[in-house]
Amino acid sequence: MGEILLQIDGREVKVEEGMTILEAAQSTGINIPTLCYHEKLEPYGACRICTVEVETGGRTNLVAACLYPVQENLVVMTRSEKVDKIRKMLLELMIAHAPEAGALQELAQEYGANKDRFEKEPSFCILCGLCVRYCAEVKKKNAVGFVDRGGRREVIFIPEIAAKECWNCKECFPLCPTEALQAGYLLTEALAFPSGNR
Amino acid sequence: MPRINSPTELEELRKSILSKRDPDRPCIAICAGTSCLALGNDRVIGAFEEEIKKQSLEAKVDIRATGCHGFCEKGPNIVIYPEEICYMEVIPEGVSDIISQTVLGKKVIDRLIYTDPNTGEKAAHQSEIPFYKNQMRHLIGNNTKVDPKSIDDYLALGGYSALSKSLFEMTPEQVLEEIKKANLRGRGGGGFPTGLKWETARNAPGEKKYVIVNAHEGEPGAFMDRALFTGNPHSVLEGLIIGAYAIGSHQGFIYTRHDTPQLRNNIVVALTQAEGYGLLGENILGSGFNFNVEVHLDIGIFVSGESSALMRSIEGKTPEPRPKYIRTAVSGIWEKPSNLNNVETWANVPQIINNGSEWYTSIGTERSKGTKLISLSGNICNTGVVEVPMGTSLREIVYDIGGGIPNGKKLKAIHFGGPLGGSIPASLLDTPLDFDELAKLGAPMGAGGMLVMDEDTNMVDVARFFLNFLTDESCGKCVPCREGIRQMLKILTNITQGKGREGDVALLEELAEVAGNASLCALGRTSSNPLLSTLYYFRDEYEGIKENG
Ligand SMILES: Cc1cc2nc3c(=O)[nH]c(=O)nc-3n(C[C@H](O)[C@H](O)[C@H](O)COP(=O)(O)O)c2cc1C
Ligand code: SF4
Repeated sequence: MGEILLQIDGREVKVEEGMTILEAAQSTGINIPTLCYHEKLEPYGACRICTVEVETGGRTNLVAACLYPVQENLVVMTRSEKVDKIRKMLLELMIAHAPEAGALQELAQEYGANKDRFEKEPSFCILCGLCVRYCAEVKKKNAVGFVDRGGRREVIFIPEIAAKECWNCKECFPLCPTEALQAGYLLTEALAFPSGNR
Repeated sequence: MPRINSPTELEELRKSILSKRDPDRPCIAICAGTSCLALGNDRVIGAFEEEIKKQSLEAKVDIRATGCHGFCEKGPNIVIYPEEICYMEVIPEGVSDIISQTVLGKKVIDRLIYTDPNTGEKAAHQSEIPFYKNQMRHLIGNNTKVDPKSIDDYLALGGYSALSKSLFEMTPEQVLEEIKKANLRGRGGGGFPTGLKWETARNAPGEKKYVIVNAHEGEPGAFMDRALFTGNPHSVLEGLIIGAYAIGSHQGFIYTRHDTPQLRNNIVVALTQAEGYGLLGENILGSGFNFNVEVHLDIGIFVSGESSALMRSIEGKTPEPRPKYIRTAVSGIWEKPSNLNNVETWANVPQIINNGSEWYTSIGTERSKGTKLISLSGNICNTGVVEVPMGTSLREIVYDIGGGIPNGKKLKAIHFGGPLGGSIPASLLDTPLDFDELAKLGAPMGAGGMLVMDEDTNMVDVARFFLNFLTDESCGKCVPCREGIRQMLKILTNITQGKGREGDVALLEELAEVAGNASLCALGRTSSNPLLSTLYYFRDEYEGIKENG
């Protein structure tokens, strides 16, 4: 693999071909916030908090840093008025579901997000899918998954698999960006009411 | 079925089919499209069969159950050949009269022909009925002439001659060049240049390449792909095989609806018949070119029509969009170059090859060429499937073809492109049907669903309807789309209930901007089109409702 020269926040950066913008930034110590990213997992691109501005061929675009592959002469701005505005609102939208989440609160502070902008609907979950994907990709157990779609999407443990696998694993619990206990709650619920009668 | 091994054999077969057909022999083409069937046309078909048997006319009169004729409003529809007499709103009880008076007696029955509701003028032939005569039915017009389950009907109309020409008289590069010169643009919503996409897939590295028909048609209010594909499946299939040849693909997929058994069935029959004749499979027409097609049923959710979600679905995974920083034409199904086109796009290919790109570019506007299928619905007299040359004004579609607005109401707005499209006011009625003109006005054509709305329509409700639709029909993976739609919908619901608040409109605009800029796929990125267009053209309705409340 060859090397690629690009510019991040005004700095010339030399990185390996095939890297994403996020990896390139991390390799040079530039911080881009993430919530659904995990280095052991396939990039997912769901929280969009890593949105950055890129310039190629004279055009600027907003792209997800965790997915966008680096290109020669790419110009990346990890902060800009547009980027900050997007991150602020994404945080406001997510915080309505997980008001107590530490990771969200910290970022909210940094981006000036108003925690009360949207009516609270605490589900304690921002559907980042870290637990789901970790279980599928690393543990290969698929004990936890998404159900439903659109605005009704949620995470559930599959009772038949969870009963066998989860108590001795729980490796997904600490990955949760909102509340490690949320996974525990859902797991207990799945095992206590396996037929979904809740 | 004899296998055809050369272009000469194809022409011989065609001649032999035609020689067995008497052009003067009466044939009753009965619409068996979705809408007419729902109106009871299966009973009409049954009644004709019975009557013909009763009068022992089997050797003298043919019946053809066809795809959608287009004039759904007036169904059940029939056309009687060779005179091409159109009868509308036919009931089983009228069948024996039709046989004795028209088919045998050659007399037109007045009460069954079209009557203009305004002038009272009568019209018996497609060439005289305003709904049909103001169209240019290059694609859908053959629906009345073929039984979708008969490849011989398609061959009789010159079918598969474009394939034969491509394989034996043109190189793949020449086929590609012809499509590029024709300026064919994708009919599935984006209007992307088809030739460029084919070229990208063709040049992408890798031996294995796929070509795909997008027959998902998830846009609410759109029913023209179904009408075309169900009624004339070989026209789409022929286009697909030609595309595969140009791109260098040997495997195709048809991604179609799980809930339209008739369409699925007609596709399967078409594939089997094409294979039987050697027009599909190994060594097509003896050319050495191999190509196979598999049918995949969709997951009945709107987002599964999006290209990357569709490809995941074909891989057997959940139809969730994949970020497309690498185009699917380069890396699609199983990371192989995968060229996806809409049903109507593929159906345009054979006629471009047959008639040449110059003929094709003579139809339409500067940047939108050819004809376009439109599903006309809403507050319009003539609901149905319409085909017009690009550049036709919306006024002509609404009034000359659509017959205007029913119940003496005034036209208020026209909505194009379903949940990812937009609404424009009646004052813009002289806008031509054109990808770029409509997109500029904030009402991108989408796949061609055209919803006509009268003066009683509440435009905030229209925006709310589409956002509500997307709540259930998006995947819910990414935050800006899932949460953005949730909040926009809440605000709109409040406004329509008179509970709007100061700052609602500004917040809606900010949510729309974030969803538009940060969402993962085109669904999220264009989900606020209906909202933004109605905010732009009908802003007072948003603000007015707030004040009243
Ligand atoms: C949410 C969403 C749904 C779509 N649904 C369809 C569909 O039902 N049929 C279709 O042909 N294209 C649909 N498209 C467009 C496809 O992604 C793709 O652009 C198209 O099939 C390409 O074909 P074309 O170039 O011939 O238009 C959809 C796009 C989005 C974003
Ligand atoms: S934009 Fe909407 S439909 Fe597309 S990936 Fe995100 S949530 Fe799914």
